[in-house]
Amino acid sequence: MLNIKNLKVGLAEEDKQILNGVDLNIGEGEVHAIMGPNGSGKSTTSYVLAGKDGYNVTAGSAELNGENLLDMDPEERAAAGLFLAFQYPVEIPGVGNMTFLRTAVNAQRKARGEKELTAGEFLKIVREKAKSLKIDAEMLKRPVNVGFSGGEKKRNEILQMAMLEPKMCVLDETDSGLDVDAMKLVAEGVNALRDGKRSFLVITHYQRLLDHIKPDVVHIMANGKIIKTGGPELALEVEQNGYADILAEVA
Amino acid sequence: MTDMIAKDGVEAETVEAVKSLSGKYKYGFSTDVEIEYAPLGLSEDIVRLISEKNDEPEWMLEWRLQAFERWKQMKEPDWAMVDYPKIDFQDIYYYARPKSMSEDKPKSLDEVDPKLLETYEKLGIPLKEQALLAGVEVPDGDRKVAVDAVFDSVSVGTTFQKELKNAGVIFMSISEALKEHPDLVKKYIGSVVPQSDNFYATLNSAVFSDGSFVYIPEGVKCPMELSTYFRINAENTGQFERTLIIAEKGSSVSYLEGCTAPQRDVAQLHAAVVELVIQEDAEIKYSTVQNWYPGDENGKGGIYNFVTKRADCRGDRAKVMWTQVETGSAVTWKYPSCILRGNESQGEFYSIAIANNMQQADTGTKMIHLGKNTKSRIVSKGISAGKAQNTYRGLVSMHPKAENARNYTQCDSLLIGDKCGAHTVPYIEVKNNTARVEHEATTSKVDDDQLFYCRQRGMDEEEAVALVVNGFCKEVLQALPMEFAMEAQALVAISLEGSVG
Repeated sequence: MLNIKNLKVGLAEEDKQILNGVDLNIGEGEVHAIMGPNGSGKSTTSYVLAGKDGYNVTAGSAELNGENLLDMDPEERAAAGLFLAFQYPVEIPGVGNMTFLRTAVNAQRKARGEKELTAGEFLKIVREKAKSLKIDAEMLKRPVNVGFSGGEKKRNEILQMAMLEPKMCVLDETDSGLDVDAMKLVAEGVNALRDGKRSFLVITHYQRLLDHIKPDVVHIMANGKIIKTGGPELALEVEQNGYADILAEVA
Repeated sequence: MTDMIAKDGVEAETVEAVKSLSGKYKYGFSTDVEIEYAPLGLSEDIVRLISEKNDEPEWMLEWRLQAFERWKQMKEPDWAMVDYPKIDFQDIYYYARPKSMSEDKPKSLDEVDPKLLETYEKLGIPLKEQALLAGVEVPDGDRKVAVDAVFDSVSVGTTFQKELKNAGVIFMSISEALKEHPDLVKKYIGSVVPQSDNFYATLNSAVFSDGSFVYIPEGVKCPMELSTYFRINAENTGQFERTLIIAEKGSSVSYLEGCTAPQRDVAQLHAAVVELVIQEDAEIKYSTVQNWYPGDENGKGGIYNFVTKRADCRGDRAKVMWTQVETGSAVTWKYPSCILRGNESQGEFYSIAIANNMQQADTGTKMIHLGKNTKSRIVSKGISAGKAQNTYRGLVSMHPKAENARNYTQCDSLLIGDKCGAHTVPYIEVKNNTARVEHEATTSKVDDDQLFYCRQRGMDEEEAVALVVNGFCKEVLQALPMEFAMEAQALVAISLEGSVG
């Protein structure tokens, strides 16, 4: 599904290298987690995959189902099936959540040469999906993320994910700022989308999210590289001992 | 919930419209008809000629000549934050009409030159009496819009005259009204915007050639939307139209105005006057979608739009609402105003002004509170992109007798890119200490994070900008009648094409 090879990335505006050769292969239907200390390059990896401005790729490649992601505009990557759940979802005043969603869904359908959804069709699907995430009609009408609580914003990200039905989902610290109940709700939303085909990359600081979204593979990232890869037990190890031991071990 | 579906549909259509247009000024074509011009330049003879062409009563000519005398003494104002080459008023044609609209003037729309009718069809303006503006579907079915079509200096025709007449409503070109209802015109013309009001209004008073006249009798709710569609076609020609709307006691009307012009390299002048008279308990809703040719990206050509619009709330509880979407013109100079004379009268002003490339807009409103318990509300959304300059200029004046008057002003500016400018110039005068004035102003930028967020969800850059900007303008777009709201949304997007990236 997602194949990243020796990816090296620096900031566009200053002479600073952030990713120093990331290698990562995620197969169809797999759930991978990336953990790591602050500043290790986790979020940068997600931004570079999604095509955010401000980064220079200096070496390596990133492919989604054999297509070179790095050559595409952000919207083309989205239409190809890449979804990023943002750590800090952006507010768009005056634009109804529903309008935003429908514009996005139809933009992708159009890019893929599929028929656009009518207002009626869309409404039916969105109501169904919103219900399971406990998103009410009121929240669908409100402007995108404006005045949403932390939990509402993250649930809204998952709703977008559910509506867009991506192939490859990247979740950037989706657990940050969530209490236990909100985290459970979000995790349930994600788990409901696991169908054996869709793949996930879950970026997180803490093991607790991985109690709810069970990963197949766990990677530890530090200094812009993946320094250790293992099974779910690796996350537990981090939980108990912190990153220091692993960092020491690799060094 | 049904409401939401409709709104939702609107935005989808916007996106559709934007995509199909690929960013060019859509109305830039010109119509090839034989045009009859008055001699170039301005003189007393020209003023006489215009009056004669319209077959006007003697008093009208006298009034025009008076205005012309005054105008000769006046100086072009220079206080607005706009910069344009000096206009040579002797190098403009003041009157141009299609030959087919001359002596053997068609008696009904069926007889009008098909080329003219085609022009309006191309612009999406229905001159056949179909129920709706072309290409627009309105969920609640049978809303009708009557249209007065003004082409250069003359009105081509007005639809639904019969139906309106049955309701007692008079809706016709002002040149016709001068023949059929001279007393009404004489009573009200210049009573809101006096002849001597300002340089452009005085010029208009001397040389206005046509425009629309609306009279809503006491107690009548106008059975359909009325609209005037202004088209400048002839080269090097100024358009000077005059609109006069009178709403008698307890009546109401919603009026729409649209404007476009061909794409030409030489700038053209448009100086209009609009006067609204609103009596006790009457209400006028006046909406404008101004889309004159804005000039090219280097500032070549475009319309200079100098317009005086004013509403006089003469009776108690009279109400006026100005809504404008200003996307076109090279230079816009326009301040639709409300004189709140009657007690408890209300004025509202909702504005979206977009300036892209080299466009300059200096626009706002004046709220003159004279009566007790008068209320006004101003919501202005200015959007600047490219190298454009956008100024909000507004006056809120509370006179000594305006007990408990209230004003609320909200001025928001949005910048796209870093070469454009937004300016806010509010004037507030309060001479009654029971009055309350609130002013809020914000300036923001279209944020890269917002655009990236939209694009990550699959929208392309232009779609993303359109969505964000339409969100910014939402309060004003909601104030427009449904037919115009859709057009306006599409326009907002089109006007900003090429503003990012």
